[in-house]
Amino acid sequence: MHVSLHHYLFVSFMLFSLGLLGVIMRRNLLVIYMSLELMLNAANLALVSFSRFNNKLDGQVLVFFIITVAAAEVAVGLALIVALFRKRQSAHVEDLTSMKL
Amino acid sequence: MEAINNLISGGVVQDIMFYVFAALTLLCAILVVANPFSRSPVTSAMFLVLTIISMSGLFLLLHAFFLAAVQILVYAGAVMVLFLFVIMLLDLKEEQRRKIKFFGLAAGLVSVSIVAGIFIKSLASIKLTAEPALEGETYVLGKLLFTQYTLPFEIISILLLVAMVGVILLSKKKLE
Amino acid sequence: MKYENLPWLILFLPLLSVAVITLFTLRSKTVSSLISIGAVVTGFVMTLLFINANGFQFSGETSANWLSIGGLQIDFGLKLDALSMMMLLVVTGVGGAIHIYSFGYMHDDESMARFFAFLSLFTFSMLGIVLANNFLMMFIFWELVGVSSYLLIGFWFEKPSAGDAAKKAFVTNRLGDFGFLFGILMVWGLLGSLSFSALQTTLAANPALLGASATLAGLLIFCGAMGKSAQFPLHVWLPDAMEGPTPVSALIHAATMVAAGVYMLCRTLFLFNSESLHLISYIGGFTALLAALMAVQQNDIKRIIAYSTLSQLGYMVMTVGLNGPTPAMFHLTTHAFFKALLFLSAGSVIVGMHHEQDIWQMGNLRKKMPITFLTFTIGTLALCGVPPFSGFYSKDAILTQALAQKSYLLFGVGVFVAALTTFYTFRLFFIVFFGKEKSKAASHAHESPLVMTLPLIALAVFSFAGGFIGITNNYGSQFVNHHEALSMAQQFTEPFNNLFPMACGLGAVAVGLFLAYSLYNNAAADPLPTKLGGLATLMKNKFYFDEFYEATFIRAHDFLAAVADWLDRWILEGAIIGAIRGGTDLSGRALRLAQTGNLQTYAFLFVLGVALLLYFVLGK
Repeated sequence: MHVSLHHYLFVSFMLFSLGLLGVIMRRNLLVIYMSLELMLNAANLALVSFSRFNNKLDGQVLVFFIITVAAAEVAVGLALIVALFRKRQSAHVEDLTSMKL
Repeated sequence: MEAINNLISGGVVQDIMFYVFAALTLLCAILVVANPFSRSPVTSAMFLVLTIISMSGLFLLLHAFFLAAVQILVYAGAVMVLFLFVIMLLDLKEEQRRKIKFFGLAAGLVSVSIVAGIFIKSLASIKLTAEPALEGETYVLGKLLFTQYTLPFEIISILLLVAMVGVILLSKKKLE
Repeated sequence: MKYENLPWLILFLPLLSVAVITLFTLRSKTVSSLISIGAVVTGFVMTLLFINANGFQFSGETSANWLSIGGLQIDFGLKLDALSMMMLLVVTGVGGAIHIYSFGYMHDDESMARFFAFLSLFTFSMLGIVLANNFLMMFIFWELVGVSSYLLIGFWFEKPSAGDAAKKAFVTNRLGDFGFLFGILMVWGLLGSLSFSALQTTLAANPALLGASATLAGLLIFCGAMGKSAQFPLHVWLPDAMEGPTPVSALIHAATMVAAGVYMLCRTLFLFNSESLHLISYIGGFTALLAALMAVQQNDIKRIIAYSTLSQLGYMVMTVGLNGPTPAMFHLTTHAFFKALLFLSAGSVIVGMHHEQDIWQMGNLRKKMPITFLTFTIGTLALCGVPPFSGFYSKDAILTQALAQKSYLLFGVGVFVAALTTFYTFRLFFIVFFGKEKSKAASHAHESPLVMTLPLIALAVFSFAGGFIGITNNYGSQFVNHHEALSMAQQFTEPFNNLFPMACGLGAVAVGLFLAYSLYNNAAADPLPTKLGGLATLMKNKFYFDEFYEATFIRAHDFLAAVADWLDRWILEGAIIGAIRGGTDLSGRALRLAQTGNLQTYAFLFVLGVALLLYFVLGK
């Protein structure tokens, strides 16, 4: 069977689901962050394959932007985690429930 | 050279390579999220690097050569170094195994099934007629980036600057 | 119309004076009072100028478009004819005299500036009623008069009784105004216009237009007059209104405001059919009788005059009801003169007695206060209807009218009330000015200053001469088309054309005078209670009307208020608002459970939200 768009999209979907599972189920903030990166990459993969199979380069431009934004996001997010760790001595989501009164 | 090119563009080899890279990507991703052997964030980080590298293989198969390079440079290089650096900085102890909460499991499964539902629904509506023809040449991509997408490009660079400033501010020990 | 702008000036000068006093000169008593006096005196001069230029037979309107709501066009317009011009003269003339008098009377009061601001506000509102050319405008000024009366009765609001009296007057007036408003709405609904002249034309062309509801509409409109002119059963506020300063009692509760009801009836006489007029005349007659009986046993100098005012107002309303607007307005005008005179003289007595109002504390004041005694005598003679004082002419006109309408019962009532009037007025007169001094204050009484006695003298002149200077001529031209003007000499001898009513009137005066003289000359205490027994107690207690209202209407009202309070407290506040509040509280508590503070719960909910969004975006 020839590899088509569907195959790529299925990989992207699996990657996205794994990332989602990680975000919802893991408790370590850093791992949650990595799972987020997985989800972003899943989106990138879908965009690149759309770009290839639709004969348009714009999708790749978007991926380029996403990678840049992701880099910035990682930098800020990690800085936040560091600041949080300094204050709470923990990187576990269960310890960060100050939103609840 | 001619032979290799033919090999790559030829159908069977390419298909095989897709399956290999796809399997590698997914396997490493599973190990990032749920590693049965280690709970250390460092392992997760290392497997994330592997996931990203195998993904860039998929990008190559999709003829997105520039992006494949960027993926390795930015993600596997810069971003992952940052992750490891932070892990080292925080001096995290090995996370002990905890019982998986029923609520967490249920929530995860519900979410995934929802995403799956949407996925199937949208796949059904995709109609592809054209054969894949696009060549992701760096020259063309660069031209597009600096003509049609100049404004977003500039905005993105400002975003990076803002992120930089923000990170410095956040990482300072005390704000005075 | 010559000097078309003058009426506007006359109307708005007092308003301007209110604005200037309240905004700028509240600190200076003298400047404020001079501004107020200036406004009303200028108005009087302008009225004279206007009448001189246009003549009394003149009739015209000047108006500006004011409101236009759908098909309803309402003008802010002034109606000028004999009726309103005469009233203009009364309001600005008598009002001016009272303003000047107040300058002396209120001189020691801290808030004299406020007093004059209120007085100007009242003048403005009263002029508005007089000049209004449509019902809506009249109603608005009608209410304004009510407000200024409230403010003036309660002028000494530190006294609880003054505050209560002000509230009583206001609320009682509101009761009447409620009916008035309904009447106006009814007239508008049936005839489609609010302008007096348009209404008159419409009704003249098709008298059956009001149909079966004519009586009801008339009576509802009469409700307004019932409140303002204090007719039975809404008469209870007027005696209490004497809590206000005496000039107020003179201006508002004797000369002008209470006359507004009578004026309004005359203005809108074309709306009333014979049935409603019939009822009106009986209500008027009954009020006249009732109030005269009450006056017999009162001991407060102002209250006696107040009941006399009630009684005279009953006369006027009765006369309007007897289809005699001319005598009614005639009596209104002369009454304005002599009643204002009586009140101001009483005020002068009160000031001379250092604010003692009980007549049994006075006595022999004719020696101490000669000018006041003189003016009071003139006022008394005019009120009783002794020829040739003005009251004689107007009262005679009323009796003649009653006889001409073949309403013998009301004629009898009129004669009897005339006798009673003479009796109680001379009772007051003998007790206060003759006999011995009954207290120390009476022995040390002194005459009032010139600023107070001058207006007294001016009013005394009019009270004397008002009857034969042609007032009837002017009113007559308003209501009777082919009225022939009488010369002053004819006017003077007019009552002698109908000897029977005149003889009855004079006989009543003689009887009343004789009884008062025999009972009260040199009396040290009231001999009447022993002679009349229970009847005197009834009179003294005003036939227990206040108590009766207290026991019935006020009880009922309190009960209704309690029910409303209960409904508000338990049903509205307790059940409905409580349920809403409880529901909000409960749902808030329930929703709070969703806020776990756990990041991953939020992530999960976020996924659910995105899924829902995509479900709609991608199509079901």
